[in-house]
Amino acid sequence: MYDKGKIIAGIVLFLIIVLSPFWYNGFSGKASYVPDLKLPVEAKQCVEDTRFMKANHMDLLNTWRESAVRKGIRTYKAHDGKVYTIGLTGTCLNCHADKEKFCDRCHDYAGVRSPGCWDCHNVPKVAKQ
Amino acid sequence: MNRRYFLKLTGLSLAGLTILPPGRLLSRLALAKNGESAVKASKPKWTMVVNLYGCSKEPGCKDCVDACHRVHNVPDFGNPKDEIKWIWTAPFKEVFQDQGHAPAMEALLRASPLVLCNHCENPPCVKVCPTKATWKREDGIVMMDYHRCIGCRYCMAACPYGARSFNWKDPRPFIKNINPDFPTRTKGVVEKCNFCEERLAKGLMPACAEACKDRALTFGDLSAPDSKLKALLNEKYSIRRKPFLGTEPKVYYVL
Repeated sequence: MYDKGKIIAGIVLFLIIVLSPFWYNGFSGKASYVPDLKLPVEAKQCVEDTRFMKANHMDLLNTWRESAVRKGIRTYKAHDGKVYTIGLTGTCLNCHADKEKFCDRCHDYAGVRSPGCWDCHNVPKVAKQ
Repeated sequence: MNRRYFLKLTGLSLAGLTILPPGRLLSRLALAKNGESAVKASKPKWTMVVNLYGCSKEPGCKDCVDACHRVHNVPDFGNPKDEIKWIWTAPFKEVFQDQGHAPAMEALLRASPLVLCNHCENPPCVKVCPTKATWKREDGIVMMDYHRCIGCRYCMAACPYGARSFNWKDPRPFIKNINPDFPTRTKGVVEKCNFCEERLAKGLMPACAEACKDRALTFGDLSAPDSKLKALLNEKYSIRRKPFLGTEPKVYYVL
């Protein structure tokens, strides 16, 4: 190929410039940021285990919505056999009462807007500690 | 493959599609047979009976309206154009357009009967909803799914009783005290009385029936063998709103 040296050098330079955001994040330590979630104090066990919830809480909430609203079935049997009453404010926020320090920490960081849940569903008032 | 073979194949395939509906029907029959007894046993038929005299004993009484609107976070926008009402009173001639001929009982004609969603057996609002955000449950309650409502208001046009209201603005600032146990609605959805289905699920009576001091509202299961409601409707003559429309409303008015 003609001008091999210049072309390859050019490609390498182009890649460095285009991927510079990733180099920057990697070297400045920003990529290793993990949101700091405030876990509930009293309750020790969630409806499902943490790994499941991290991956599937959106699906779980959608399933709960279908079940409670459209089918009228208001109880949910978790994988460990315990039965919970379906409710966003009533069950989830009963333990995770501080939405700002739990839900919003990840959702704001990732820029994922929870799909309009809070327009209707109530958020319990948390005393400022 | 030649043209003749292709045509034969297509013809046979189309003929094969005709076994689809009967097949579906057969499987549904099988399902129905299994679930029939369970379904029959557990499905109530929720009905409300309003005692016209009992309701108007204390003029201007709004206990049921206040109870309902408080429990369900119904906003008060302050003007009749935007207002949202799940249960309200209206003049007799408006409620029963085909009755109320003069001479008739003066007290009755001056009364303001209580009006709410009739949870019709044959609901026109359910028929027209493009997203099935409103549907009729097996226990007779016409439910609203605010998640699915797109706010087209077709149901409002279809309802012959004016029982549905639209949220023209965000309701939250207009609710005096938000009840934390029940969600609010958002701007752009249609709402109406839900026969307190969330209370029924817990075994409670609807808020309006419970709040009425004069016990003018009787709510119950018409299909129960010992139904108090059936006895009441047997004993007294009842009328319904606009029966000539064929909607089969489930709110009865007795004198």
